[in-house]
Amino acid sequence: MTRFGILEALLRPDGLVVTTWRKLRRDPLGLLGLAIVLGIGFVTVFAPWLTSYDPNEVDVYARLLPPSADHLLGTDQLGRDTYTRLLYGGRVAMKVSIVAISIAMAIGIALGMLAGYGPRWLDRLLITGFDTIRSFPTIMFAMAIVALVGPSLNTVIGIIIIASIPVYARVVRTQTMALRERDFIVAERAMGASTRRILFRHVMPNIAAPLFILASMDVPVVVGMEAGLSFLGLGVSPPTASWGSILNDGYSYIRNSPWPIIAGGIPLILVTLGFTFFGESLRDILDPKLRREG
Amino acid sequence: MSDLPDTNVLEVDNLSVSYSTEGGELKALRDVSLDVPRGDIVGIVGESGCGKSTLISAIIGLLAPNARPASGAIRFRGEDLLGVNDDKMRALRGDEIAMVFQDPMTSLNPVLTIGRQMRDIQYRLPDSKAEKNARSIRMLQRVGIPDPESRLHDHPHQLSGGMKQRVAIAMALMMKPALLIADEPTTALDATLEVQIIHQLKRLQEDIGCSILFISHHLGVIAELCDRVAVMYAGEVVESGTVREIFHAPEHPYTRMLLACDPGAISERTRVLPIIRGFLPDLVDLPRGCVFRDRCDSAIEACSDKPPLQVRGADRLVACHRAGETP
Amino acid sequence: MLRFITRRGALSVLIVVLAVSLLFGMIHMLPGDPASVILGPRATPALRAELNERMGLDRPFIVQLGRFLGNVATGDLGEDPFSRRKVADIVLEQLPFTLTLVFAAIAGATLLGVPLGCYSAIRRGSWLDRLAALLSVAFIAVPSFVVALYALMFFSVQLRWFPAIGAGDSGDLADQARHLVLPAIALGLGWIGYIARLVRASMLEVLEENHVRTARAFGLPERVIIGRYALRIAILPTVTILGLGIGTMLSGALFAEIVFSRPGIGKLLYESVMTRNYPVVMGSVLVTTVFFVACTLASDIVNALLDPRLRESEGR
Repeated sequence: MTRFGILEALLRPDGLVVTTWRKLRRDPLGLLGLAIVLGIGFVTVFAPWLTSYDPNEVDVYARLLPPSADHLLGTDQLGRDTYTRLLYGGRVAMKVSIVAISIAMAIGIALGMLAGYGPRWLDRLLITGFDTIRSFPTIMFAMAIVALVGPSLNTVIGIIIIASIPVYARVVRTQTMALRERDFIVAERAMGASTRRILFRHVMPNIAAPLFILASMDVPVVVGMEAGLSFLGLGVSPPTASWGSILNDGYSYIRNSPWPIIAGGIPLILVTLGFTFFGESLRDILDPKLRREG
Repeated sequence: MSDLPDTNVLEVDNLSVSYSTEGGELKALRDVSLDVPRGDIVGIVGESGCGKSTLISAIIGLLAPNARPASGAIRFRGEDLLGVNDDKMRALRGDEIAMVFQDPMTSLNPVLTIGRQMRDIQYRLPDSKAEKNARSIRMLQRVGIPDPESRLHDHPHQLSGGMKQRVAIAMALMMKPALLIADEPTTALDATLEVQIIHQLKRLQEDIGCSILFISHHLGVIAELCDRVAVMYAGEVVESGTVREIFHAPEHPYTRMLLACDPGAISERTRVLPIIRGFLPDLVDLPRGCVFRDRCDSAIEACSDKPPLQVRGADRLVACHRAGETP
Repeated sequence: MLRFITRRGALSVLIVVLAVSLLFGMIHMLPGDPASVILGPRATPALRAELNERMGLDRPFIVQLGRFLGNVATGDLGEDPFSRRKVADIVLEQLPFTLTLVFAAIAGATLLGVPLGCYSAIRRGSWLDRLAALLSVAFIAVPSFVVALYALMFFSVQLRWFPAIGAGDSGDLADQARHLVLPAIALGLGWIGYIARLVRASMLEVLEENHVRTARAFGLPERVIIGRYALRIAILPTVTILGLGIGTMLSGALFAEIVFSRPGIGKLLYESVMTRNYPVVMGSVLVTTVFFVACTLASDIVNALLDPRLRESEGR
């Protein structure tokens, strides 16, 4: 297979991407989800071109204004433009989700394969470890750690990675275990294929779809966690805009103006809806087994 | 009704039922006619897929949601059940028409006590809880359940399969129905239990004076229990008559094959077990002519036309062109 | 069965011990000296030494950990260095508020979700069924603090239907109930649709079972068949999920408590994190973790208890 072989295979008229798109096209909720996901991606990438304000630009004469033509979503207690801060807050949310999910997934894949393909004692050890992490109510665990090392975005990312590893590792472990007993893998092994070859040539392609779905469904969770910690003042440090810190500012001035809170919640709801609809739709298309009747 | 002793409790008249499926219209029953005389036990024999369960569901008005409206008539005590509304049908079920199902393991509710389920069946009666329980206990006694009082507090999984089926029979007969439909009630039980339960059922039927429509693929049981029998194949009745006529002088080739394949009838000297070759026809895309033609050893040219039901004796019907020829 | 409970129970204890040790270890590795954090930068060395000794901070780590775990086993969670009260007392004082909130949310979500699920199963494809499906997907993932903030803003600040702050006067049940409404809604809203979907799915499965056909063949009213014969079985998986849900709800409760300035474990943890009151942080995390693990264990056991009977009744 050439270097672009896999890509070509995916994009062929009967390839995975094309067939998935054909089915997705007929699912209005899935399409809506995809549109929201793409919209959020676009807005975060092009944030500076979509506004004429600076996210941290203070204007004491324009404090806590309701929405108007000048300030689409009003202003906060320092006169900063809420719309602009939301755009830049999106960058924080996307950075956290991309970094945290890719690292958590990479570690999760490695540990999951190790647990699923390795010796039994290692499997037991890892599973106990995953259960330990899962047995902490995540947000309390996060607060305890932030209390120790102090608030910062990197801490938040680190916490999210640790909390998400078991999610991916468990799925990879289950899939690996199911696959290792399949005839074609047993045959490969009998013919002397190396473990590495089996894991990367056969196991990886088989777990790619479930992992992609899982990651899509995980984005709202991660974004929510970042926003939650920032809302508590344990995430980004001021004056950086994050959806959580915007809500925190709004909360402090909730009796003066409702607009920062109304506006601050919208992107969180949109992200949740977009990624959940898209993920559910993908799951129905790619993995009909997972779907209970509909 | 009692002043007309010779009337039929149930008359199924040219009943056709089909289901909408992805592959097309599945014609599960075609022009099925069948009478259940008052006080008689009528057996229905046939392989799985012959339309027995569709027939039962149609009679009790519980066809699957994808069933098309049935044509023909199902007359219960003279009233066409296909015309009555859901409430009327529900009023008949469990009161006038009762059912015993095939698998006693799954046909009772697993989380409610026997007593609760038996009381619930009597929901139409104004009696107190104690009176209903007393009736349940009497009924359990009649089907031969030891210590019936304490069984009321049991959950189904605490009883053996045979006990559960006795409970199911007790439940079905509690309201003294005019018609009992028994869908392979003994298939899931072992042979000794089967005989016991069959005898019990016969005694109870005589006591209560109800009619029974008894579905089974076990020919020995049918011969033992029934007065009349109808043989079904692929959604049609191919032959019907008294048990004596059908078992001693079968005229339809399918009936003959069924009898030859019955384990009770196979002599020990037979080396090769008889089988019916071929498969059931596709009920979505039915072949023209006789439905049994493809599997029939004595098919002739004429079989490409559908054989009409021929009257061959007092109540004897056979759907075969060659009926009456000496085999 | 007993073996299963013992094994799962032992594993749960092990998990709690591991989790606590992990947290304890991290506090220990902290750069900076707890004594100076607590006493402030101007504390004299003598004062610091005294505090270190009182809190046992001058011993080697493994000894401290051992002693801490030993104390925890006897119900001693240490002492709050500020108020000098017992941490166990402080935490137990707050726990009832959180439990009330969590159970109110679950009760509300169940009372609305179960009938909605039944309805959706019976009237499959109706507009209410579709709406429930849509909302359950949407709401389960919307962060509960966003719901809490919106509820606070609309119903307390703007409409003034409900009070915004606190848990109400002790002794005045009506007042406490009024203070409970919004936080419980914020916490339970997502669960309504989730429970409805679970009930719907298992109800559809149960309605296909043979005993339901039997009940129908006996002419029982559909209301009785759904409500008594089918729901008793269909509700079982939901009970299991709720056991896990109570644990997950603790995280949501933290936000609800902070947003509505309601006393409770979450608010206690938040405040002790802000004041770097490590013994109280440890204590509240420990208690929530134990509670979380206990809920998981309970739902595992309930599941195992129900399973054999169901298996038997299915005749497999």
